[in-house]
Amino acid sequence: MAEAAESSGDPGTTSPRPLFAGLSDISISQDIPVEGEITIPMRSHIREFDSSTLNESVQNTIMRDLKAVGKKFMHVLYPRKSNTLLRDWDLWGPLILCVTLALMLQRSSIDSEKDGGPQFAEVFVIVWFGAVTITLNSKLLGGNISFFQSLCVLGYCILPLTVAMLVCRLVLLAEPGPINFVVRFFVVIVMFAWSIVASTAFLADSQPPNRKALAIYPVFLFYFVISWMILTFTP
Amino acid sequence: MAAADELAFHEFEEASDLLAETPDAATTSGSNQLTPQGHVAVAVDSGGSYGAEEEVEESDRTALLQEEKQQPGFWTFGYYQSFFDVDTSQVLDRIRGSLLPRPGHNFVRHHLRNRPDLYGPFWICATLAFVLAVTGNLTLVLAQRRDPSIHYSPQFHKVTVAGVTIYCYVWLVPLALWAFLRWRKGVRERMGPYTFLETVCVYGYSLFVFIPTVVLWLIPVPWLQWLFGGLALALSAASLVFTLWPVVREDTRLVAAVLLSTVVLLHALLAVGCKFYFFQPLPLAHPAPPTQAASLSPDLPPPPTSSAHTT
Repeated sequence: MAEAAESSGDPGTTSPRPLFAGLSDISISQDIPVEGEITIPMRSHIREFDSSTLNESVQNTIMRDLKAVGKKFMHVLYPRKSNTLLRDWDLWGPLILCVTLALMLQRSSIDSEKDGGPQFAEVFVIVWFGAVTITLNSKLLGGNISFFQSLCVLGYCILPLTVAMLVCRLVLLAEPGPINFVVRFFVVIVMFAWSIVASTAFLADSQPPNRKALAIYPVFLFYFVISWMILTFTP
Repeated sequence: MAAADELAFHEFEEASDLLAETPDAATTSGSNQLTPQGHVAVAVDSGGSYGAEEEVEESDRTALLQEEKQQPGFWTFGYYQSFFDVDTSQVLDRIRGSLLPRPGHNFVRHHLRNRPDLYGPFWICATLAFVLAVTGNLTLVLAQRRDPSIHYSPQFHKVTVAGVTIYCYVWLVPLALWAFLRWRKGVRERMGPYTFLETVCVYGYSLFVFIPTVVLWLIPVPWLQWLFGGLALALSAASLVFTLWPVVREDTRLVAAVLLSTVVLLHALLAVGCKFYFFQPLPLAHPAPPTQAASLSPDLPPPPTSSAHTT
């Protein structure tokens, strides 16, 4: 287009003509290149990626989700103020953690019905309803975090306590005694503190400034109850 | 709403007494009747002067309150958000007010200032339920360390029992109280009844004193446990009675006495029931197996069957 406008101005006619008026009688005898690509070069890599997730292998799909979950685990283990958990939330991680914790915490069927540790369903209900209650509480207090983002953060921050459960189970294989209990107590306390710090790092910014303590206290209670269930677990 | 504390009117003791005694005083519950009859002797200044001003224009305050109380419908989220409109400092202040009841201070007027919240009652009840279950379990652990013959188990079902009991208490008893006070409204000309939420609030915050008491019940000295229990019950019941007294004193003596004694009795029943169910009184010298007692009758003390052959 620019070359055509220049060529119409080339004969140097003095009479003022409207713009592009002589476009129809341009002679194309000069060596003006009139060939070339008129299609916009597509970023074909992205287009193919979007449209062909249906065609990729199952392994690709699973590995992609597993990598996302693993990345978030790393963010929980080394909590910095980052937005990854909030921006790309998913509930796979919390589900995996909750099922693992509940499977490890449930009592064996030999125990009596009344006295005993929690069943699988009780742990599951406590974790999910606890998380939902805390989310509702923070939204009612005026926090600007979405429902699923908050569930995601609370679920992922159970990871340190799940690790504590694994360690406790291993320690319980040794002989019982006061040292056994002290080791388990210490591990659970450290992981409890880690969970609180991790979830506070992600959640605290979304609360109104004069209500932060009101929103964080239920998180503290939630992880305290889970830690208690882990600490009192006897096989 | 950070400046709400500065804008809210500060009530003083002479003023609240005058408010209680002035006939046809407006705004008892704050949300419904706002009839601007008579003068309200309440100071509105937020500065340093602490004298109660006598005549304050009622219409200004009425208009302001009417604008404030445009509540959304109960199906919207904003409706429930209005019950959680509290700051950390306000919640702490309310807890402090319930811990230290004074005869002149009405909890609803002085601390709630007719703006009840649901955050306090809900989370205090949740904390109390979990603390009860945890310390009950801990008592069993400590008892087992003294006497290895006691069978230890996590007793997770106690969490459910504790939760259900406490939440039912904090919701059903205020409901009954509120209904009763409304029914008797005709007898009372001066002060209207509290709203349902204010009653729930009073009960919820009055349970806070039991949380440290339950933790102190870990100490396995029986007379100390009863001392702490009695102290907590006295503080908690005093808070309730001082709040209810202005509403009830215009009623006939019989009704007032019966109502107040029922309230205190129910409260005592809750405290004693919790003590017996979650903390089986294990005597130091003759420990009895608590699982047997728990399955039989949780309210009676365990039978001293093993005392014969342990000595």
